[in-house]
Formats: sequence, C-alpha cells, structure tokens
Amino acid sequence: MLEVTLRHGFPGFTLEASFAAPAEGVTVLFGPSGCGKSTLLAAVAGLLRPEAGRIALGGAVLFDSRAGVMLPPERRRCGVVFQDARLFPHLSVEANLRYGLRRAPRGAEGPDFSEVVELLGIGTLLGRRPALLSGGEKQRVALGRALLSRPRLLLMDEPLAALDQGRKAEVLPFLARLKQRLRLPILYVTHAMAEVDRLADTLVLMQAGRVLASGPVEEVAARTDLPLLGARRDAGVVLACRVLRHDTAQGLTHLAFPGGELAVPLATVPEGGPLRLRLRARDVVLATEAPRGLSVRNILPVVVEGLAAAEGHAAMLRLRAGPSLILARVTREAVARLALAPGQAAWALVKAVALSGPDGEEAPDD
Amino acid sequence: MPPWLSPEEWEAVRLSLSVALRSVVFGVPPAVLVAWLLARGRFPGRGLLDALVHLPLVMPPVVVGWLLLVTFGVRGPVGSLLQEWFGLRLVFTTGGAALATAVMSFPLIVRAVRLSLDAVEPGLEAAARSLGAGPVDRFLTITLPLISPGILSGAITAFAAGLGEFGAVITFASNIPGQTQTLPLAIYSATQTPGGEAMAARLALLSFALAVAGLLAAEFARRRLQAWLGREAR
Repeated sequence: MLEVTLRHGFPGFTLEASFAAPAEGVTVLFGPSGCGKSTLLAAVAGLLRPEAGRIALGGAVLFDSRAGVMLPPERRRCGVVFQDARLFPHLSVEANLRYGLRRAPRGAEGPDFSEVVELLGIGTLLGRRPALLSGGEKQRVALGRALLSRPRLLLMDEPLAALDQGRKAEVLPFLARLKQRLRLPILYVTHAMAEVDRLADTLVLMQAGRVLASGPVEEVAARTDLPLLGARRDAGVVLACRVLRHDTAQGLTHLAFPGGELAVPLATVPEGGPLRLRLRARDVVLATEAPRGLSVRNILPVVVEGLAAAEGHAAMLRLRAGPSLILARVTREAVARLALAPGQAAWALVKAVALSGPDGEEAPDD
Repeated sequence: MPPWLSPEEWEAVRLSLSVALRSVVFGVPPAVLVAWLLARGRFPGRGLLDALVHLPLVMPPVVVGWLLLVTFGVRGPVGSLLQEWFGLRLVFTTGGAALATAVMSFPLIVRAVRLSLDAVEPGLEAAARSLGAGPVDRFLTITLPLISPGILSGAITAFAAGLGEFGAVITFASNIPGQTQTLPLAIYSATQTPGGEAMAARLALLSFALAVAGLLAAEFARRRLQAWLGREAR
C-alpha cells in the first residue's frame, strides 16, 4: 500500500494531491501534460523534495515533512523507468542490467537475471552498448534494470511517450506481461488513454495539480461527470472478463463478466484466463423491446440507471448489467423518442467486431 | 640521449618532462574536486573559488611565482611549517618547479573537467540513485568514467603547457641547471650566453615539437575514450 499526500508550489500553480495505491497491481496517474503527475512520481522516488506532506510505502515512511523524514532515493527501493531510458552510455546492456542487481539489499526478493532477460526478450542485446539500441529496446533494458534492483515499488514516468506508434506497440505487450507475471506494485504515469485501458487496475485522475477522482479503473472510467473521460470520443467502460471458451470454427471467443456474457473476435488469452475488455459507448446500441432477427451477437439485458447530456446532440446513458456498468452514447432525439428514463428495462446491443481485447489492435487514442 | 643534444641540453629536456609530469600527477585530483564543486556545488563563496582558480590564467606568471615565494618560501607561513614538520624545502628545488607549474596549469585542467561535467546528463546520476548507488559509488561508477575524456585531455594539455612554464618557475624555483632549469629556462640562458644561438634554436625546435605532439595526443586520447564510452558510436 502506497499512501501519498503532498503539497508543492511551482511558479504559477500548486500541486496539492492525495491518493492511495493498493499493494498489488498497476496504479495509473492519468491527466494532461503539466497536471503534476510526474512531480508526484518524482516525489515518491525521492528525486524531488515536496514542501509538505507524507509518503509511506507499506510500513515504511519515505517522507514526512512534519517529522523531518526524507529518505534519500538510494534507500527507498523504488525502481524508476524514465521517459528517456537513461541507460549508462559507458556500460554494456548487461552491465546496465546488473548495476541495480549488485546494489540490491541482500535477501531482497525479486526475479533473477535470466528471468528478467527472458521476460523482456533482451537476450540478444546483452553485449551491446546503449547507443546501438533502438528506442523500444532501450526502454525494455531500462525496465529490466529497474526490476533487477529488486524494488518494492516500480515507478514508470511516461515510459512510452518518447516512442513512435510502432515502438509503443512493441513495448506495451512486455508491460502487460510484466504485470501478469510479477507481484510488484507499479505506479505508472501517462497521458495516453490506450495505456490506461491496457494496464490500469487503479486509476488516479489528475488535473491542474489536483486529484479529481481515484479508485478501481472500472468505476472511475465509467464516470461521465469527469471532464477528461466524458468528453472522450471513445469514452466507455473497462470490463474485467474471464475467457469461457474459444470457438475457432466461428472465430469467436466467449467471455463472461459480472453481469453477462459477450462474444468477441478470437483472443489469444488461454481459456479460464483474465481478459480486460474496453466497451466504447459509441459501439453500444439500445433497444427498449427484446430484439429479434438481428446480426448482432451480443444482446445484454440492462436497466437504465441514469442519463447525462454529452457534447453536441448526444446523450450518455448509464446502463446497469448486473453489478457492471455499461455506457451507451445515443442521440438526444433517441432519448426523447424512446422516452428513456432511469429504472427502465432495456437491451444493450454490441457488435462482436467492435470489440477487441487488450491483445488486439487498439486504435491510437491521441 | 640523442647524439645531437649536449648533456646539459638533455638534462633540461629530462627535467622539463619530470616537472610537467609531476605537476599533472599532483594537479589532477584537486582539479577534479574543484571542478566538481564548481559544477555541482551550491555553497557561499563559489564565485570566489571560481575566480581564484582562474587567476593564474590572467595574472602575470611572475606575480604567481612571487606569491608562491611569499607563501611557500623558507620564511613563508606554509613554507616554514613544511620545513619544520617534514624537512621539506620547495624554493630552488625540482619539487618547487613542479608546484609552480601545477599552479599555472591548474585552471586548464579545471576548465576541461568542468566542461565534461556539464555535458554529463544529470538524469544519469538520478537513475543511479534510484538503483541504490550512494554519492561516492555514483561518482566513481557513473560520473568519473563519463568525464574521463575531459580529465585526460585536460591533463595532456596541462602537461604540454607545463613543459614550457617560465615566469612562475624562474621566480619561485630560480634557474639552477640540473635542478630547476627546464627547457624554456635553458633557452633563456642560451640566448643570454655569447655563441648560444645554435643551442637556443635546437631547444626551441624541440619545445615546439613537444607542444605539437602533446596537443595531438590530447585530441587523439579524447576521441578514443569518447568512442569507448559509446557516445560517438552512431
């Protein structure tokens, strides 16, 4: 458990933020550039001393302005992956990787050298100098170097922001793999929604130095009242699903989520495995009578929970499917014509081809 | 000993090399420290230290020599203590010539080291911190290797310049053949002696060759190290 409360003044704006991250999974600090999220991360790493506040990781206090505690970064055991990989240019890839490993405290738990090399697919790069690596390779090595220092917390400061679209697609699967294989809490800073969808378990939404909302990603991402999410062209929800079975003949994978079942194009996750699905509000169609004779594969019985005006002539509907929440974007004209109101039973229609799991191609967000 | 040099001339060359080498060996560690303080330190009097270090570049060398004489002379505040505690006398000795040379070439090394320190990305030191490296560890494993081209080129330039230091040496250590009479001092003596023109010309040619070789060596060494560090690999 990471608990952060701090205040830090900059010329022109003040960062005043407080959030908690669970002991497991990926916590994403999300917000526009300049909202203070990278400053928060630097404060946790110990590379910046905030004016006031308290930072605690597990039982250990890293920073406490009132008690006068400021643990130096080298004793915090927070591995950091920077936007610009910051590999040591005079050392080989292997020496870079072993730099943190040699300085890790005796008895610290963590993956060993060969495990990390295999996980990140950097076995062929070990003898090279960083200057000869591509951007994506550099970032993978930087990630390995941080992991091998056996940190208690992994901090990532927009690790993909400096990479082009192709390199991003190269590194992202490694991050997803890392998240599944290691039980290491990760604090991840980004302004790219695609990375939130792919990696976040907990979402901390930031704007202008303040935390707007924080909590499990399924809850926060579904909130239409938040300016950053509601206005998105591809606003929607993230559903935590489980793979029921693969139907290779039909090219479909059947998924179960709390509140129903969905069929999506064939996914690569094994049966029984977890799969996070992004359901965009614009891909959901609403019917007030049980539909028949449609090509649409996924028909979920839902209850209208609420509706909010979206930009233009659209409205955002909040639909309850069992315990899960689904968003649907419809025109205001449709709301009036169907006389939609909270409490009404309806059917949500989702085309299978509109869905893609985290392993599928994702449309770039920005 | 080359056949075209007399024993006295050879002595002057040998002495010059020895004095310049000593001045560099003893000058580099404090120069790296001072450069680091100037580049990274935040302390009162930093500007003053900066000015003090660079003083030998702009002051007449004779004045530097005179200040050394006043300080390190047998009756000077530091000189008398050195004499009393260690029985060490610097005035009119080879060691004294090396000290005067070191003071004169000190700013050359500091400047070269400081330039390369400024070129080291501070983010690399932050990365080393997050990986668990303390201050000394960080300096030895990251900063020092990365500034080694600057240290080396500074040292070689200082060595080449030190071969020819005149004013400070002659004022502080005097012009004693076999003790403090380095190349430039020997050339000066030759020009003052009737019939010494040929000797002066030979020695002058020799110092010219040494200086050029020194500068070429500095550039070559810097490039090799830089390439080894992987900065110019692409």
